[in-house]
Amino acid sequence: MATDFEPVLLANVGVPDSQRLEVYRQRGGYRALEKTLREYSPEEVVELVVQSKLRGRGGAGFPCGMKWKFLPKDRTVTYLCVNADESEPGTFNNRILMENDPHQVLEGIAIAAYATRAQTAYIYIRYEYVRAYETLQQAINEAYEAGILGERVLGSDFSLNVYLHRGAGAYICGEETGLIESLEGKRGWPRTKPPYPAVEGVFRKPTVVNNVETLCCVKHIMDRGVDWFLSIGVPADPNNPRDLGSYGPKLYCVSGHVNRPGCYELPLGVPCRELIERYGGGVRGGKRAKAVIPGGLSMGFLKEDELDTPLDFNSLQKVGCLGLGTAAVVVFDEDTSIVELLHRSCRFFAHESCGQCTPCREGTGWMYRILTRILHGEGRIEDLDLLLELADSMGIIPGTTICGLADGAAWPVKTAIRKFRDEFEAFIRSGSRLTAASSGSAAGEAS
Amino acid sequence: MATILINGQEVTIPDGQRLNLIQAAALAGIEIPHYCYHPGLSVVASCRMCLVEVGQRDADGNIRMMPKLVPACATPATDGTVVVTNSEKVRHAESLVEECLLLDHPVDCPICDQAGECYLQDYFYKYGQRERRAPETPFTSRRKDLGPYVTLFVNRCIMCSRCVRFTREVSGTGELAVVRRGNKAIIDVFDDYQLDNPLSGNTVDICPVGALCSIPFLYKQRVWFLRGNRSICLRCSTGCAIQVDHNRNRVYRLKPRYNPNANDWWMCDFGRFGFDYVYAEDRLRQPMRRTDGMLQPVSWDDIAERFAELWREAAGQDGTGTIAVVLSPFLSCEDAYLSCLYFRNLALPVRFYLGRVPVHGADETFPRRLLGAITNGRQQEPRFVIRAERCPNRRGVEAIIRHFQGEVPGFDDFLRDARQQDIAAAYLTGGYPESWLTEQEADVMGMLRCLVVHDVLPGPHLRHASVVLPMAVWFERAGSYVNYNGTLQCTERAVLPAADARSVGRLMWALLGRTRLYRPEVVLEELAEEVPVFAPAAELKGEFPEYGVRLDLSEPAHEAV
Repeated sequence: MATDFEPVLLANVGVPDSQRLEVYRQRGGYRALEKTLREYSPEEVVELVVQSKLRGRGGAGFPCGMKWKFLPKDRTVTYLCVNADESEPGTFNNRILMENDPHQVLEGIAIAAYATRAQTAYIYIRYEYVRAYETLQQAINEAYEAGILGERVLGSDFSLNVYLHRGAGAYICGEETGLIESLEGKRGWPRTKPPYPAVEGVFRKPTVVNNVETLCCVKHIMDRGVDWFLSIGVPADPNNPRDLGSYGPKLYCVSGHVNRPGCYELPLGVPCRELIERYGGGVRGGKRAKAVIPGGLSMGFLKEDELDTPLDFNSLQKVGCLGLGTAAVVVFDEDTSIVELLHRSCRFFAHESCGQCTPCREGTGWMYRILTRILHGEGRIEDLDLLLELADSMGIIPGTTICGLADGAAWPVKTAIRKFRDEFEAFIRSGSRLTAASSGSAAGEAS
Repeated sequence: MATILINGQEVTIPDGQRLNLIQAAALAGIEIPHYCYHPGLSVVASCRMCLVEVGQRDADGNIRMMPKLVPACATPATDGTVVVTNSEKVRHAESLVEECLLLDHPVDCPICDQAGECYLQDYFYKYGQRERRAPETPFTSRRKDLGPYVTLFVNRCIMCSRCVRFTREVSGTGELAVVRRGNKAIIDVFDDYQLDNPLSGNTVDICPVGALCSIPFLYKQRVWFLRGNRSICLRCSTGCAIQVDHNRNRVYRLKPRYNPNANDWWMCDFGRFGFDYVYAEDRLRQPMRRTDGMLQPVSWDDIAERFAELWREAAGQDGTGTIAVVLSPFLSCEDAYLSCLYFRNLALPVRFYLGRVPVHGADETFPRRLLGAITNGRQQEPRFVIRAERCPNRRGVEAIIRHFQGEVPGFDDFLRDARQQDIAAAYLTGGYPESWLTEQEADVMGMLRCLVVHDVLPGPHLRHASVVLPMAVWFERAGSYVNYNGTLQCTERAVLPAADARSVGRLMWALLGRTRLYRPEVVLEELAEEVPVFAPAAELKGEFPEYGVRLDLSEPAHEAV
C-alpha cells in the first residue's frame, strides 16, 4: 500500500539549500499561506482542519481542530506555542523538519496563528537542537525580511511575531503545560487541569500548543485540500465510536538494531513489520527482532509476534501499548536483555520526573531502584508484582498524577514484565543475565 | 444552593460559598487527607493524598462515576457531585502515596520536633500500610539552616511545596525554591540568600511534616506536653489570633490561629518569637514602695490598703491637684474600664490619658512585589500587614476613655501637663515589650508629687516612682482587645503570672471592693452594658468567639458619664 507514497512533509528534504527561502518558494512554498490569507476567514480554516480529522502528532493524538475550537469566543489575546521540545527517546522527526525545511514549519505556524487569531507564536525548541535552532532562527529572519512575518503578513491585515525560545534540557517541558511554565520562565512543572491551556495558558491567556509536525500537516491540508488528507491513512472504525480515525501522512522514525535507521514518511497505519523490513532494511546482522518500541519509549514494548500491528492511533492499544505516541520505532534484536533495557527505561523516567506528584516522583525512582537491585542479582520474584502494582497505579489514566509522564514511565514496565515475564523470572532466579531466556550469545558481556 | 453526596451522606453547601471537595467533606465531618493543599495558598494538586472517586448525580437520581481518581483539592463541589472517599480504590491510592512518601523518609520521629502533630505520622496510622516493601533505602537526615528562624531537615521533606508557595504568594519574597528533579528534588534557598523575611516562621506552621522547624523552638519541648490557649498577639494593631503553647507554667511557642478578621492564617516573626522579654532577668516581679529614697519590697495588701490614701495626699489639702491616669494601649479593655471606674469614684480631680502609642515607620504590607510576578494587571489586595502601630488595644482603650471623659488626651499631652505642673500625681501603666521612655521624658515625671508605675520591664521612670507595681503580661491574664479594624478579640490566661505580678484589672477589682475572684468575662459583660460601643459584646456571655466580635468604632461616643 505504501510503496508509491510520495513524500509530502519530507518533500524538500535532501534538496540543496532547502533551508533557504528562495528554494522553498521555488518549490511552491508559502502558496498555502497566501491562499489561506486571501480566500479563507480564520473560522473557515479551523473548520477545514476539523474536517480533515487531523490528530496531533506530538504523542497524544488529540484532534487538532477540536483543540482550536476550545479557545473561548470572546478572547482578546491568543498565543500559539509550537512544541519543538522533541525529547521522547527515539524520536527525531521534528528535528529533520526544522533542520531541513524550516520554512515549511514557519508556514504551518503562520496558518495556525491566522486560524486561531494568535499574533504571537513561541517556538519552544529543545536545548540540544543547536543546529535546528540556528537554522530556524535564520529562516525566521529571512521571513521577517520578506514580509512573511511581522506586521501585515504578505500584505494582509494579519500580523504575526514569532519568537524562538530554547528549553534547558528537560523532558517534562515537552508536556504542554510544563512547556508553558518553562516558557514563562518558571520551573517546568505541569499545571493541574482544568483550566486547560485553551482557556488559561501562556501568561494566563488562551493558548494553543501544537507539535511541529502537526503544523506542517496543516500547511498541506490548506495546500492540497481536506479530501486529499482524508484519502491517506486508516479510516475510523465504524464499530468503535471512540476511534477518531488516523488520517494523513506520518513521519516514522526508525532506529535501534536495524540496517537503515532513519525517518520515513508513510501513510498512517503502516504495519510495524513492514516498516522495519521494507524501510528500515530489516534487523541488523540478520537477527530476529525481540522487542520493538512502537512510538517512543513511553508507549511500551511490542513482542516479535505482535509486529504486524498497524502503526495508527487505534491499533496499538489492542496489543497493550499506550498508543502511537510519536511513531518512533526502536528495534531491539534477540540478543538484547529486556531486564537491562527496562532498567535503562526506568533510569530515564526517574531522572526526568519533574518531582511534583508523589506517585511519579517516588514511583519512578522506586521502580529504578528495584530494577537496579534485580540487575545486581538481588531481585526477588515478588518484585515483579510490586513493579506491576506500581506501574498500574501511576499516571493520568488511574488519575494519580497531573501529567502523563508517569504513564510513560509505567507502560514500558507493564508491557515488558507482562510480555517477557519468563526472562525476568529466569534472571532473578539465576541472579544474572547469563542464563536469561534468550540471551545466550551475549553471555560474554554480562560478567 | 448545592447539595453533594459524600460517602452516601448528603451535604448542603451554603449559598455563595465556593468550596472544593476537601472543604465540603469537612462540612460533613469527613476528613480527606491532604498535604499540599492549604486554604491560604494556591492549589497545585501535587501530593495526590486527597484522591477521591467522583461522579455526578442527575435530576433522576442516577449516578455516573468517573473512571479515574481525582484530587479533591482541585475539584469544586457543585450541585449533584458524588464523592466516595472510603472505597478500596481510594484506600489503595492513599496507602501508596503514604508508602511512597516514606520511601526516603528518615523516620526519625523520636528526635523530630513535629512528632505528635505530624501529618505524615498521623496519616500513616490512618491510611498507610503496615509493611514496608522497599528495603533499599538508607536512613539519613541532613539539616540545613535556611534563615535565622527556620531550619530544614532535608530528608524529612515530602515536597508538598507549601513553603515555596507561601514565600511567593503571601510574603512575596520568593526566597525558597525547589531545586533538582524527580526524587532528588529538595527545597532550598538561592545561593547567598536566606529565608529571612518577616513572615518566615509561617513556613514552619504550614509544613505538614518535620522538614521545616523553628530554630528558637528546636528540641525545647515534645509537643504532646504542650497545652494551648487561645490568645492574640500584641505586637501590632493587626491583633493576630494566636495559640499560646505552654508546659509547666512556661510558654514555649506562639502559633497563629485562623481569623479572617485579623490575620487569616499567618503571623509575623516579630510577634511569634518576640516574647523573650517575659522571661527577662530584670522583669519587675514584686510591688515596691519608696522609703527613705529607696524602693523597698512590699506586699500587694499593703499597696491596696494605702492606695486611695496615696492619691488623696497627692491631691493636696484642698484636693485640687489633678491626678493623671495614663492607660497604656497594652492594657485590655477590662483593665482600662476598671481603672476608669476606680479613679472616677475617688472624687478627686482626675484626668485620663491614653498611654504612649508606639509607631514604627509605616505599615509593612505583604506580598512584597516580586519581580516578574504575573499579576495580570490586577491590583493585589495585601495578604498580610504588619502595622506601624505597635500595640494591640489603642482603639479599645481610646473608646473607654472617650466614654468616661469625652476627649482622649495622648501621652504627649500628659508629658506637657506634667512639665507645666498641671498635674500633681500619676498612675502610669506600661506593659510595653521593650523600653518605651527616654531619660528626658522620665525626668519630667520627677516633678510629680506621687508616681505609681505599673509595668512589666524596668526603665528610667522607676527613678521617680513612689510605688512600683509588677504587671502580668498578656498571656498571664485574660482580657479582650480591639484591633485596627474594630474586632474585639478575647484572650485566655495561659500561664500564671511571673512571681507576684498582677494585671491592672485584678488590682482595680480589689480596690473597687469587689468580692470573689477577679473575672474579666464578668467585667466585659458590664462594660458591654455601660459603654455603648461595646454593646455587641453583651451577647457573648462568657463565650469565646472564634473570630472575635466586630465593634462599630466609626462614630465616637461623646456622652461623658
